[in-house]
Amino acid sequence: MSSNNDSKRSRRTFLKGTAAVATGLALAPGVRLLGVAQAKADDEAVTGAVRWGLLIDTAKCSDCDVCVEACHAENGVKDQGDPETTPQWIRKLMAKDKMTGHVVTLPMMCQHCEHPPCVDVCPTGASFRRADGIVLVDRHICIGCRYCMMACPYKARSFEHVDVTDQAPHAPRGKGTVESCTMCVHRVDKGREPACVEACNSTGQGAMVFGDLKDSTSSISMALAEHGGKQIRADLGLNTGVRYRGI
Amino acid sequence: MRSLTRTLVFAMAAAMLLPLASLAEVPFPDIPKGKGDQCVAPTDVIRQTHMDLLVHKRDQTMHLGIRTKQYSLRECLNCHVQAKPDGTYPDIDSKEHFCNACHSYAAVKIDCFQCHVARPDDPK
Repeated sequence: MSSNNDSKRSRRTFLKGTAAVATGLALAPGVRLLGVAQAKADDEAVTGAVRWGLLIDTAKCSDCDVCVEACHAENGVKDQGDPETTPQWIRKLMAKDKMTGHVVTLPMMCQHCEHPPCVDVCPTGASFRRADGIVLVDRHICIGCRYCMMACPYKARSFEHVDVTDQAPHAPRGKGTVESCTMCVHRVDKGREPACVEACNSTGQGAMVFGDLKDSTSSISMALAEHGGKQIRADLGLNTGVRYRGI
Repeated sequence: MRSLTRTLVFAMAAAMLLPLASLAEVPFPDIPKGKGDQCVAPTDVIRQTHMDLLVHKRDQTMHLGIRTKQYSLRECLNCHVQAKPDGTYPDIDSKEHFCNACHSYAAVKIDCFQCHVARPDDPK
């Protein structure tokens, strides 16, 4: 770490320390600061001071789908019987190197690009990128044209073909609109982790890290600084918020 | 001739008014009681402007992540939609549902609940 970063970090550490003392919290080593340091007030608008991201370690990710189950349970995405039309907010992919036989599995979902093609092509402005980097569909103004689905290089978006009932109260979903991973925006706004990350770290393989890419002291930034992380289709220059290790 | 025309005009006007008279007989809806004593704003303000308040709040939540409770659709439902004696919540298409009680009376179609669930947060 450069000396420039050191001075920045010591100031941050100092500020965090005073905040913890002020609120009377004793933080044990390893306790995540996400809830304390980064939860915003309910009436506070999101800003570009943070950029939410995910880091997925494919060496730890194995043949399990707890992230998919957790996501779909959290957001009320149900199997509609027809695999052609059932929405997928997240899915597991398997990639095999034919020469070596090496197999990699990884979860694929909206990559929350800095320059999202889905936003470029949306004719109504329904597809948008929030200031903190989360890419969403405003289904109040989505007309269901599916142009964004064509533009997304990651095939991350789904169209809702049938009437939806009994939705999760925090995740409204309806026929005739496009939907995708929201990085569990309703949880992130409350200072919590996305459901996939929580499930992966509690009952899965512990392969996912969630955090602020702009905060050099966050666990995701430190892991990226130490081990690096690749973007899928980095050649497109989209600067994705979801990064992978071991691919 | 002139008086005949006048009579005709009166007859036509009366015929046109008849359906209006029968409209006035539609009983005022029986609006289900909500939780608590006071809404987030006076009743007449809410009656006239709830749609604007909801749309404003909707854009703030969607695009800016502002998740305050005042004027939030979920909070409307949390107070105003109460469980029936059998423990279930009224269907959005029934007149027992708070929103639909007035909206069917006023003949104003709402599409909020094509995507949003029409019951409070915590079922049962």
